[in-house]
Amino acid sequence: MSFMTTSRLVGWLQDIVGNDGVVSHPTELSVYDCDGYTLEKSAPDVVVLPRSTDEVAAVLKRLQCEGVPFVPRGTGTGLSGGCLPLGAPVMVSLSRMNRILELDPANRRAVVQSGVINSWVSRAAKPHGLHYVPDPSSQMACSIGGNVAENSGGPHTLKYGVTTNHVLGVTLVLPDGEVVRLGGMTEDGPGYDLLGVTVGSEGTFGIVTEAILKLQPLPQGCKTLLAVFDSVADGSAAVSAIIAGGIVPAALEMLDHLIIQAVEDAFHFGFPRAAGAVLIAELDGLEAGLERAAGKVREVCEANGATEIRVARDDREREALWKCRKRAFGALGRLAPNFCCQDGVVPPNRLPEIMERVAAIGKAYDLRIGNVFHAGDGNIHPILLYDERDRDETERVVAAGREILRECVRLGGSLTGEHGIGVEKVALMPLIFTPDDLRTMEAVRAVFDPGDRCNPNKIFPSAEERVEVRTPRRQAAM
Amino acid sequence: MSSKLADFEDSGNCIHCGLCIASCPTFLELGTEIDSPRGRIQLMRSLRDGTVPLDDTSVRHLDLCLGCRACETTCPSGVRYGALIEGAREFVESRHRRSWWERMKRGLLNRALPNPTIMKTFGWAVRWMTRLGLRRLAGTRLLPASVRRSLRYLPEPETPFRSVNLPEITAPAGAARHRVGLLAGCVMQSLFGDTHASTVRLLTQHGCEVRVPPGAGCCGALPLHNGDRERGLALARRTVAAFDGLDVDAVLTNAAGCGAAMREYGAHFKDHPGYRAAAERVAAKVRDVAEFLHGLPEFAPGRSVNVKVAYHDACHLLNGQGVEAQPRELLKNIAGIEWIDLQEADVCCGSAGTYNLTEPELAGRLAARKARNVVATGADVLVTGNPGCILQIRAALREQGSTIRVVHTADFLAEAYTHGAQARS
Ligand SMILES: Cc1cc2nc3c(=O)[nH]c(=O)nc-3n(C[C@H](O)[C@H](O)[C@H](O)COP(=O)(O)OP(=O)(O)OC[C@H]3O[C@@H](n4cnc5c(N)ncnc54)[C@H](O)[C@@H]3O)c2cc1C
Ligand code: SF4
Ligand code: SF4
Repeated sequence: MSFMTTSRLVGWLQDIVGNDGVVSHPTELSVYDCDGYTLEKSAPDVVVLPRSTDEVAAVLKRLQCEGVPFVPRGTGTGLSGGCLPLGAPVMVSLSRMNRILELDPANRRAVVQSGVINSWVSRAAKPHGLHYVPDPSSQMACSIGGNVAENSGGPHTLKYGVTTNHVLGVTLVLPDGEVVRLGGMTEDGPGYDLLGVTVGSEGTFGIVTEAILKLQPLPQGCKTLLAVFDSVADGSAAVSAIIAGGIVPAALEMLDHLIIQAVEDAFHFGFPRAAGAVLIAELDGLEAGLERAAGKVREVCEANGATEIRVARDDREREALWKCRKRAFGALGRLAPNFCCQDGVVPPNRLPEIMERVAAIGKAYDLRIGNVFHAGDGNIHPILLYDERDRDETERVVAAGREILRECVRLGGSLTGEHGIGVEKVALMPLIFTPDDLRTMEAVRAVFDPGDRCNPNKIFPSAEERVEVRTPRRQAAM
Repeated sequence: MSSKLADFEDSGNCIHCGLCIASCPTFLELGTEIDSPRGRIQLMRSLRDGTVPLDDTSVRHLDLCLGCRACETTCPSGVRYGALIEGAREFVESRHRRSWWERMKRGLLNRALPNPTIMKTFGWAVRWMTRLGLRRLAGTRLLPASVRRSLRYLPEPETPFRSVNLPEITAPAGAARHRVGLLAGCVMQSLFGDTHASTVRLLTQHGCEVRVPPGAGCCGALPLHNGDRERGLALARRTVAAFDGLDVDAVLTNAAGCGAAMREYGAHFKDHPGYRAAAERVAAKVRDVAEFLHGLPEFAPGRSVNVKVAYHDACHLLNGQGVEAQPRELLKNIAGIEWIDLQEADVCCGSAGTYNLTEPELAGRLAARKARNVVATGADVLVTGNPGCILQIRAALREQGSTIRVVHTADFLAEAYTHGAQARS
């Protein structure tokens, strides 16, 4: 935008949200240039921080009049560059919309503003014996709005389902400023499931300002096992066997050798440093069945080469274990200054194969790759370590990441389990969708955002990218 | 280059994951990325690389950081944010020219607070002014808002500022089983003498000989925190010298900021071969009073008190010293206590050293936030381990019309633990 347009726009936005609700100083804008995906960077011209649905609606109306594209931002923990402004001069940050509006334990519901942090919901519900199930590893920092946009999962969504299974309704401000309410206080209303397509739309339908969330009773009992393996291959084989055996653990997570080192350095939990991989299996439900299920998991692990199996003695040990798992990505700063986390999915029975391929790709590109992931879902997270100041290494990371995703697709899987397409995987979309598929999805999007002004240049590849899969449009800011 | 400045140059191993964001009090209040830990680290990197100018705007956002280090406790990558911000502050103070008013204010604070003589005179003046009813002026409109705001931090008549001159050696009640050093400190001995007295009483009644070396005044925490490294290190050196000669099991503090700073003495003198060993020896012995008492096998509450109690974590106790469970357990052990969990117990109250004097606006918002959470507990007493938090939270509670008492952990424990101990011995 030209300087004139920007300063006029700033004035209008300030009229709506107050002077302190608009960020326009270059220094203050510079820190909005990326989210948790740091390979590509670009700062917005203006950031606006509304406090209510009305303010969001007024802001979007104004932007509609001016024909200005915008990008929503939660807390910026996304891993696919979802809130990277690309051709969207204005960023709408939801971080001041951070109030829990209503907690209704009797009906097991919470109504929250979209900037509320995921873990706050469970914290508020805990005194009532309830919690909000989807627990992304970033739950202490990511927003509910971001979770809705990405349809986020977490360790415990293996048994209980991802975000979409726990959202009853949302208030959505459409790109023209119209406020619509999708879903409602009860499940499964009549008519098309517009809520269903909105969850996971990666911020391209408008801005979610409020959400009605389902709360679940805290599990009666649970049992957490830690199985130690000599290799990722053995661990993966155990996972495939557990799933095939019809056991549905609440969570089934794997950490490989490299990650074990970082996590041990950070938290001193007592993981065996020499292990090739560890598997965390959690079973929950009624006390009665727990012992039996745990016994079965133990048997399967042992049959697949587990060298040791530990059981968390009490809640404290269990919490410590989960803390290690959930902060594992974060602990990687101890190993390298930058990381790029892939999010491919394969059918659980192909896990041993894909893990072997990931290791081979790491070797071929001379990169260190750590793995910590939702094994039960077949949702792998190879984490490619690099230093953004090393241009060659950075390029190898991009190329290796793509090759891993191609392998996932080849094995019958997909590009993303929970982090979204964003900008990161745009160019790979033709691997899983035909041009017709893409056109159909765009037609759906056009119903909500006919002007293509809400989070443009995401998800859908540009025309030439549909013909051949290319390297990223912008290289990392190096 | 100083070690902190080097940390700043290195700017740590932040990988921009954002996990720390919601634990940052300034982000919770403002919601702007540049006022979050991740944003500030990015800003520091840009300042280092020269891609963002060192001007009023960038300095403003570094100033707004409380230095509470909640981000450091959360960060899984082990980013040592406390060292980064101290380095950044040194960088700012050595290269950026502040307005004359800011320079005067900061210069005054960095000189006056660490000086017990000035602080004692101040405490004496305040005591008189309190008696004359000056506090009431805070409620009138006669004075400008900024002055009225500062008046709110004055103590209430029933708990006045009082100085104390602790004897160099206080013998234990019975046989000596431990020998400890206690930091007299600057503000503590000048204004919070009663808390010092409680601390000594608790210790001596549980078999500790208490030594208070006269050479150990201000530990240097305040100037170090504010980027005045030279002054800070001079004070630190004196404190190290005072304690290193003492043959004690532990060096105790009852002000959170002092303990946190003293534990870092080793790092501060990393590149000073002459001081390093002594600094490391003293730093290794530093304990918070509650932490130390918790470790004493003979420590048991003597009488029951019938009150509802909540506990607030002082940042420099929780994030700076990792003291979280000990004071809670000591309090919960007292018969008759009804324990109530304080929501956001770990979110800074805005006091943060001299932050409430340099950044009154945001400090006031954080204090009000804290007070709302405290009121929601319905407690009779809020206990916390740091004098700055006490003044800050008490002022905010009164502003919201609450009469909840705010008491130092040592004072509260002294009430419940010493009576019985006396009876037993
Ligand atoms: C260490 C780490 C661990 C992680 N672990 C997991 C995990 O286990 N599972 C998982 O699923 N993800 C995980 N993530 C990814 C990330 O945390 C999630 O995608 C999260 O939902 C993003 O939320 P956010 O508030 O940070 O959104 P942002 O990053 O700010 O935005 C993400 C997308 O949502 C859109 N958006 C945000 N708010 C709104 C709104 N109110 N209305 C409309 N659109 C909006 C943005 O435009 C963008 O496209 C992890 C990330 C990190 C850094
Ligand atoms: S300081 Fe730590 S938690 Fe915060 S963004 Fe950096 S690495 Fe992540
Ligand atoms: S020290 Fe406190 S205020 Fe400063 S960035 Fe960290 S959490 Fe925020």
